[in-house]
Amino acid sequence: MKTKETPRYLVPSLVAVALLALFIWWANSHLDNYKIQVLNLIAINSILALSLNLIYGFTGMFSLGHAGFMAIGAYVSSLLILPQVQKDMIYIIQPLAWPFSVLQAPFFVAVLAGGLAAALLGLLIAIPVLRLGGDYLGIATLGFAEIIRVVFTNLTPVTNGALGLKGIPDYANLWWNFGWCLLTLFFMIRLVNSNFGNVLKAIRDDEVAARAMGINTFKYRVVSFSIGAFFAGIGGALMASLVTTIDPKMFGFLLTFNVLMIVVAGGLGSLTGSILGSAVITVLLEWLRFVENPVDIGSFHLEGIPGMRMVIFSLLLILIILFRREGLMGMRELSWDAILRRFSRGGETR
Amino acid sequence: MSERAPVLETKDVTIRFGGLTAVSNFNIAVPRGGIVGLIGPNGAGKTTCFNIITGFYKPTKGEVLLEGKPITGLPPHKVCEAGIARTFQNIRLFYNETVLQNVMIGGFVRQKSHWWMHPLMIPSCTREEKDLRDRAMALLESVGLDNVADETSNSLPYGAQRRLEIARALATKPKFLLLDEPAAGMNPQESQELMAFIKKIRTDFDLTILLIEHDMKVVMGVCEYIWVLDYRILIAEGNPEQIRSNPRVIEAYLGEEATQNA
Repeated sequence: MKTKETPRYLVPSLVAVALLALFIWWANSHLDNYKIQVLNLIAINSILALSLNLIYGFTGMFSLGHAGFMAIGAYVSSLLILPQVQKDMIYIIQPLAWPFSVLQAPFFVAVLAGGLAAALLGLLIAIPVLRLGGDYLGIATLGFAEIIRVVFTNLTPVTNGALGLKGIPDYANLWWNFGWCLLTLFFMIRLVNSNFGNVLKAIRDDEVAARAMGINTFKYRVVSFSIGAFFAGIGGALMASLVTTIDPKMFGFLLTFNVLMIVVAGGLGSLTGSILGSAVITVLLEWLRFVENPVDIGSFHLEGIPGMRMVIFSLLLILIILFRREGLMGMRELSWDAILRRFSRGGETR
Repeated sequence: MSERAPVLETKDVTIRFGGLTAVSNFNIAVPRGGIVGLIGPNGAGKTTCFNIITGFYKPTKGEVLLEGKPITGLPPHKVCEAGIARTFQNIRLFYNETVLQNVMIGGFVRQKSHWWMHPLMIPSCTREEKDLRDRAMALLESVGLDNVADETSNSLPYGAQRRLEIARALATKPKFLLLDEPAAGMNPQESQELMAFIKKIRTDFDLTILLIEHDMKVVMGVCEYIWVLDYRILIAEGNPEQIRSNPRVIEAYLGEEATQNA
């Protein structure tokens, strides 16, 4: 955002990226598959949370359509990376329609295409839907995501219907996921800290005043919504390659809810909050699995109750809403300034 | 009035909400460089007139001209782009943003770079952003708020919020500025300062200013020409002397207090 300050932040940023790369290199050889999977999920959830935060936290549009955009990204990208043999094998009800039957692309291009397709669709639905505000927008976008799911279930020649896609190449390793995550974070930081970002926040805070200041609020809401949809598509594409099997059922409301929970817990209007939120929530979601396992207390034997962790999670969410409504970070950001200041202060006291 | 061409002109502007006529046959012509006032009792339709001029309402009948060009029915952001800025009766700042950001948001309408240039770090865009920041700081300096540039705007005292709102409006580079009750809630001392401030920005920014105000000291002290609105129609116009002695105005608006004062 500030020309003069970019070089000052360049060094710590590069150091952080280098440390992350070192960590990924270490993790690849020292951590088991399960832990790596959790790390991958953190990266993808970060992308999804950042994109929803742009729409909801920074522009103030309550959107529940994230799963729909993810589905678009996931399917488009998967169709581009599925090997020809696999395509011939899994489409048993109806053969795959042209042009998807012949299209192939490298992973990076496929993910990008997934994002672009989601952005295009975001643009198309934004134009009618963003005339609504508040809760109505939430309902409309939720309906849209459901429409996508139903269409994908029935569009057998392209999506293979309810059977879904299997055997998607697992290209999405730690490098890809964290690479995209960093790219998203960089993009968002630049955008949010620019005057365009200020304008989005202005639309969120007082739309009437924003219009009086010469801001075409509708246009910029559409732009923000489409950028959010783009990164949701990217997240969906990476997710598909990570889990290697997708079907329409996967992209239900619960997926949107998970992302929403991360954004709210991290702090609406805080990018670093979204990253922190996705790390905390993803780890908690995995760690809490133990409550679903059978436990023995003395001579008592309790059968595990599936879904128990979601109950605990809902309780946690209620507690957040009650006691820390602004989330982990509120609207504040974890900036290099604050971090470096803390380090130097720590040095002085010692 | 003046032989100079009017900056803003309204011709027979009428607006009806259902069966209710809120403003009827509103005709004003504001000369370039003037500070003029629109007064009237509560509910007379003053703010409605502002909302028509700034594009928030579309008049049922009539025309609004800015420098001779019709702007009737343009959406608010287009009206602002054409060169009309406004403040609000109850201050509407962007409260989560800093003072500087508020002014920069005002400058956005004159920014040429597009949103996608920021992530790509296009040099021309970075430069423009820096220029805008400098311009916003200069504006803050001219309204005496440069020392609080990084405070959030809701932490400012009331008078400073009023000035910030005006600074934000000035950042859109307007030709014509509408102030909706700028002295509301101010003490006499602050009102005095406000009057000097309004005169100063008129000269500094080469503005024409139309203000709605209830504080008669401010209106009489700062306005060169005044229109009086009562029950949706203009009942009088003239310079402060004429308005003060106009029996219809005294009867309709100023009441006994003004008669006694005179």
